Amino acid sequence: MRCGSHRTGTPESPAFPARPYDLIKEVTIALVLVALLTAGLAALFSSPDERPVTLGSWSRADSADFTTTAVSELGGTSATAEYGPPYNHTPGAGQKIGPIGLQSLAGVRVPIDTANDFVIQPLRQAPEPPLVTDALTAWSAAPASRQQAWTSAYSDALGKAPDSDPAHVAPGDYGPVPVLTARLLELAQSGALDGELLTEGGKFYQTDYTRPLLFLGDGSYFADLAQSRHLTGDQWGMMNETGNYPGQPWLWLYTFWYQIDPFKSSDNADALIWGLMALLSLVLVLVPFIPGIRSIPRWTRVYRLIWRDYYRAQQRSPR
Amino acid sequence: MSGTAPAPEHGWTAALRRRLVAALPPEKLLPDTQPAYMASWVYVFGVLTVSSLVVVLVSGGLLALKGPAWWHVSSVGKYVNSLHLWSVELFMFVLVLHLWAKFFMAAWRGRRALTWVTGAIAFLTSIGTAFSGYLVQQNFDSQWISDQAKDGMNAVGIGAFWNVLDFGQMLMWHIVLFPLGLCLLSGWHVLLVRMRGIVPPIDALTPGPDRAPSGQEGRA
Repeated sequence: MRCGSHRTGTPESPAFPARPYDLIKEVTIALVLVALLTAGLAALFSSPDERPVTLGSWSRADSADFTTTAVSELGGTSATAEYGPPYNHTPGAGQKIGPIGLQSLAGVRVPIDTANDFVIQPLRQAPEPPLVTDALTAWSAAPASRQQAWTSAYSDALGKAPDSDPAHVAPGDYGPVPVLTARLLELAQSGALDGELLTEGGKFYQTDYTRPLLFLGDGSYFADLAQSRHLTGDQWGMMNETGNYPGQPWLWLYTFWYQIDPFKSSDNADALIWGLMALLSLVLVLVPFIPGIRSIPRWTRVYRLIWRDYYRAQQRSPR
Repeated sequence: MSGTAPAPEHGWTAALRRRLVAALPPEKLLPDTQPAYMASWVYVFGVLTVSSLVVVLVSGGLLALKGPAWWHVSSVGKYVNSLHLWSVELFMFVLVLHLWAKFFMAAWRGRRALTWVTGAIAFLTSIGTAFSGYLVQQNFDSQWISDQAKDGMNAVGIGAFWNVLDFGQMLMWHIVLFPLGLCLLSGWHVLLVRMRGIVPPIDALTPGPDRAPSGQEGRA
């Protein structure tokens, strides 16, 4: 023990020598510096703002992809249609952490019936020519198995047609599906479908974009755009931003797990990574109480650099 | 003027005032001295974090004044949005440096565990706040982020209650609930720092009454 001092755990800071300090002055200088730096960076680099994709712009830019997606919504084979909770009841759908399926436990709280919500209802809302009205009647009158047979056959035929162009689909028994999807494409290209998906149920004010975003996400056009901008999960997209702008680099650890096995090849990757990040977040919060982790500062001795003046003074002081 | 004596202090209000003043006397709340061992540039990251947060809140408040679509159609709005973006980038940058510095200083020592806990939760809240901001940009980026993020949220059941595809819900969280939580946590964190004082160096010895460590003389 050193002369003139005692050691009883961490000493109280007021027991140490002090020197003059001006808190308000420091805060003021820091605030001015940060404000000036921010103003300079904003003036120099501005900020990204790439226009959103609409159902209209998608259907005009890639009508084949739009139609293929519409058929899958109608036939219940799109990603959203088979998603499971919180959108619908799909047997076996939903991720798990080991035996625990939190996705299923939370239940269906944002119900989505893709055939009805994305195709049939928008067509019924719009003023329709008799051909479309008859097609809607035929669709509604058919049993589910027949509806699926029509959409499945039309989906296969679309896949075989050159450029998946509906105009070049081989003749077949597709029921009313070609009429319905062709009319939906017309509505989308006119821009009407964007509004109709938002105002379903007679709403006027609307801020919930769940339906149009899910519909958009089911196609490949949207994902291809994101891929070209390096925004997908396997491109560390969570940290990226459109254009040459910094995105969210603080998410590096979260997106890191998606780049490695066993996560990147797991069907439960999202649930596993969320579980892992929740655990790591808890560890961060509880660092002071976790043996070993709380000792890392002492082992690494980085603190000797931070307080080097103090330790130097201690070495110089007489014993 | 009558010379009536002041009534004795009693009741919840007086008790709370006594406790607050005892825990945070003015010289602790607004100190004009600091321990001499605080001789490192590392300490500026804390005050820079608070300063950046102020710029984030002010620029975000300006955006809120004109509504979420303003910055898409106005050059002034675009600049204010740029201020918001870059202040957030600065905030997160200095916040992470502050966090790492405090980790390597083992700043939770000496009854300061709650200071660390509030700071760590504020950091996590900051991530949530920034994330919800990316969801309400009303552009391609926010469309893609929400479409991807829904899978993570849904996978653990959060998406059933916190719908990242619902712009209105996310906007309210971004401009009301997250900032409120962040400000409360940050305020609590700063007050704890003022109450407990700055953590002394690891293995520091309390100077005895007869002398101060060499080269660290000053007001005690």
